[in-house]
Amino acid sequence: MTGPRILNQPTTLLAEITYRCPLHCPYCSNPLEMTRAEAELSTSDWKRVFTQARNLGVLQLGLSGGEPLVRKDLEELVAHARSEGMYSTLVTSGLGLTRNRAQSLKEAGIDHVQISFQDSDTQSAEQIAGIRSVKQKRAAAELVRELDLAFSVNVVLHRQNLDHLNDIIEMAASMGADRLELANTQYYGWALKNRAALLPTREQVDASKAVAEVAIKKYRGKMQILYVLPDYYETYPKACYGGWGNVYILVTPDGRALPCHGATQIPSLSFVNVREQPLDWIWQHSPIFNAFRGDSWMKEPCRTCSRKNLDFSGCRCQAFALTGDATNPDPVCTLTPLRSIIDEALELNGSRPEYVYRHIEKEVVEPGVP
Amino acid sequence: MTPDSRPQLWRLARIDFDRVRRRPVLLYPEGAMFINDTGKAILELCNGERTAGEIARNLGERYQSEVLSDVIEYLEGMEQRNLVVDRAAVAP
Repeated sequence: MTGPRILNQPTTLLAEITYRCPLHCPYCSNPLEMTRAEAELSTSDWKRVFTQARNLGVLQLGLSGGEPLVRKDLEELVAHARSEGMYSTLVTSGLGLTRNRAQSLKEAGIDHVQISFQDSDTQSAEQIAGIRSVKQKRAAAELVRELDLAFSVNVVLHRQNLDHLNDIIEMAASMGADRLELANTQYYGWALKNRAALLPTREQVDASKAVAEVAIKKYRGKMQILYVLPDYYETYPKACYGGWGNVYILVTPDGRALPCHGATQIPSLSFVNVREQPLDWIWQHSPIFNAFRGDSWMKEPCRTCSRKNLDFSGCRCQAFALTGDATNPDPVCTLTPLRSIIDEALELNGSRPEYVYRHIEKEVVEPGVP
Repeated sequence: MTPDSRPQLWRLARIDFDRVRRRPVLLYPEGAMFINDTGKAILELCNGERTAGEIARNLGERYQSEVLSDVIEYLEGMEQRNLVVDRAAVAP
């Protein structure tokens, strides 16, 4: 559900204001190596970036992380975004959302609060998050409702929770959510490491589709439900972020401006920092934002495909992660021979290994390795 | 949507003015929809209390013309996009 797009004028900025986070979700899309607090952009850096983004045309601001509530200047950033005329969404785990903070965020002009939940089942949810968190999340949701803030619930779906979809939807409805985002896991970074434990079966996907369809009708006018299928089970790839460098800008905690979340995983790209260049220069002239614009970089069958303006050859980061070449077609597409990579992964997904949890302070410890 | 409907702008949507593109815009989670001045005038009256008929009468006086069918058509389009809810049709 998006409005008309104006070519080459971005509409959305995702500001990842910190990577610090109390949770350790094994599907986390943040990079494997995370930035520490001292490298984070300052308050004035972020305010400057918001103004530059607004001047470029950005209307949507996501305040994300990590857990954005760990930044003490969050209210100041929200107030600045509001004064610039942006619609701001707080993307939070809910942990750290006290009454005082929720009240001050409301006063600062936050438009919308999105709280992540991991599952309807407490034990399963806390196994996924890697810490006890459900009680605090529910308390945060209650606060958001009490203060009459616009409220979305976000649940990342995967094999371990997809069978609970109906309960998850009922949970969101009982918490009074205005909106429920049900997005299947995208397999890059941490999630790709954990793919064998996370990728759902075709039976699960089919059953979940039916559950979602019924619920969308049932809650129409009360709770908007968005259901995003796992792209591995799709025929064509997703139009990742509306096309590379088309509508979306992400700025990392340390100030790198990216066309998408996974771009840091493509080693041929060099990053420009918002400390060094203004955002309009980065948007228009930086090699990274121009790397996959248009179709001259595309390979066949994409370059001559009638769908190239619909899905832009799919996700560059997925193409790189699965084939080693970011200019390859997204292997999800059934029109490319590379699709065999996805089909093999789907065939192999019977095993159920342990999760590999992410931690910011220590090196990754693979389960079973002392 | 009928003249007796009580349209309400979605709780999560907000009307703003985009100073960069110099047009009114409806903002909502992960979306933006550019609207014209007439659309803005309609949506600003959608408080869930007024009926579509009352909204049309209000605007008809303002524009000195019969606008009911245009108002209903516009609101139906917005309802399909889930940006307007008919309070008369949804139980509280």
